[in-house]
Amino acid sequence: MPDQLLYAMEVSLNGLMAGIMYSLVALGFVLIFKASGIFNYAQGVLALFAALTLVGLQQGQIPFSHVINAIFGTELHSFGWTLPALVAIALTALVMVGLAWLIERLVLKHLVNQEPIILFMATIGLAYFLEGLGDVMWGADIKKLDVGLPQGISETIDAITFNAFGYGFFIDRLDIVAAVVAALLVASLTLFSQYTKYGRALRAVADDHQAALSVGISLRFIWVLVWSIAGFVALVAGIMWGSKSGVQFSLSLIALKALPVLMLGGFTSIPGAIVGGLIIGMGEKLFEFFAGPLIGGATENWFAYVLALLFLVFRPQGLFGERIIERV
Amino acid sequence: MNAMNPEGYVTSDGRKIGGVLMEMKNITLRFGGVKAITDISFDIREGEIRAIIGPNGAGKSSMLNVISGFYIPQEGEVWFRGKKRAPMKPYEVAQQGIARTFQNIALFEGMSVLDNIMTGRLTLMKSGMLDQAMWWGRAQREETEHREKVEKIIDFLEIQHIRKTPVGRLPYGLKKRVELARALAAEPKLLLLDEPMAGMNVEEKEDMCRFILDVNDEFGTTITLIEHDMGVVMDLSDRVVVMDYGKKIGDGPPDEVRANPDVINAYLGVSHD
Repeated sequence: MPDQLLYAMEVSLNGLMAGIMYSLVALGFVLIFKASGIFNYAQGVLALFAALTLVGLQQGQIPFSHVINAIFGTELHSFGWTLPALVAIALTALVMVGLAWLIERLVLKHLVNQEPIILFMATIGLAYFLEGLGDVMWGADIKKLDVGLPQGISETIDAITFNAFGYGFFIDRLDIVAAVVAALLVASLTLFSQYTKYGRALRAVADDHQAALSVGISLRFIWVLVWSIAGFVALVAGIMWGSKSGVQFSLSLIALKALPVLMLGGFTSIPGAIVGGLIIGMGEKLFEFFAGPLIGGATENWFAYVLALLFLVFRPQGLFGERIIERV
Repeated sequence: MNAMNPEGYVTSDGRKIGGVLMEMKNITLRFGGVKAITDISFDIREGEIRAIIGPNGAGKSSMLNVISGFYIPQEGEVWFRGKKRAPMKPYEVAQQGIARTFQNIALFEGMSVLDNIMTGRLTLMKSGMLDQAMWWGRAQREETEHREKVEKIIDFLEIQHIRKTPVGRLPYGLKKRVELARALAAEPKLLLLDEPMAGMNVEEKEDMCRFILDVNDEFGTTITLIEHDMGVVMDLSDRVVVMDYGKKIGDGPPDEVRANPDVINAYLGVSHD
């Protein structure tokens, strides 16, 4: 096989893997949008906040230590423990549930029956608030997140491909883990929403509020539930991105990369979020590989958005989104 | 009729009607300066088919919305099963055993008929969050159990053939039937039907009438329905409340109501002589 083709295959594989990472963020958007029609701008910040909390808890960092030290002149920094990764993850998941409850209590409850644009604005506010809160609670320095996920080149794939083609593919083991985790996440979310009573209640609320009330579903409970799940998905995304590139505040910007994914996949489709992520991931890598050298490179910065723009023009509901049909 | 036996009465066709299930006492409902309901009182008895009729804009739907908790009246009391009901949210009313259908049909359009009807049983499912998330024995057993009950209702309403069809694709008449099935699935103590026959052709109306009578007969469900088609209501119901411009102008068995001059005026207009 010609080298060029092999190299392109490796690039597209890596693109698929990167796409999975986008999908993880997009998934959180889809969940909230489906259940409540809210476009949650804060999803990326939720991932950042989850990652910050996870690192903080794991390393026994004292929350708000900067503030406490500044006010009382103390020198507090750490509880002096290191929690096992699984315990820290479980605790962070609980924090995310608590956060979901607070968001419902303090923000959403007061905005029932408001226009979508108002709710969207509220989530922008929420995003900035959470970013600030994360900063004050855990500090603004870049942190290393290590929950024991494998990293570095996968020797197995390198060996297999070398034997097959005489050219070893470079695939990061972390990306493989992310792909497996994303698959598990999507499978369990699908099963949950299709076969459990809460899943059914969730779909019911997404479909028709009034009808949902008439069969005895509490909207507030469902909203706490769906924000908790979105918080959990954000935690998973936070772990993956944090392990890959460290926990830093630019993490909240991955939300922007999730936007084109949503436009491709459709705002209301869980499989769409995955497929959209894969297409964007692979598309931007391949485009950079083939067209990059011809037009001066750095195409990865804009390729996804141009693709999304094309979709908006020709297929606004995305690949898997519900078509909007108004019966008259 | 005012001196009605508190223990109940026997209908003309020999059905036994029980004591008071729900009582509305001096209900007044306002929207801003507009009075939708003015000082209305009536009761609903166990096992009864109770109709609320009146011309368009009489306040029938508002009354139904008061019973089901979608509107909270400014004045008056709602008594249910011998207890005064505190103002509550619609979902809490549903959890108390009051199910309803809507005039304009409120179904989950994207979900299958079966899933729609299953949502009716949500309040009866007891397994908790953890059971459900893990899909352990209890949650699974429960699902099967409830599924069996739902299948019975599906058979009863003769909608077996559309069980897996997404509701959005169904014609109007069938949607009405699915909505009735969902309300029935909750095994309600009181079933509220908001214009169950609206927009139907004669054949569909006859079917719906039969189903309402069968439901009442088979499950002993207390039914309160709203209708503006006098003919249908008179055949169907045991007692009728007549409303006009938000006021009650008649209350009693169909024959009595039909002979009431106020009712005749409301429906046929007053002769100004």
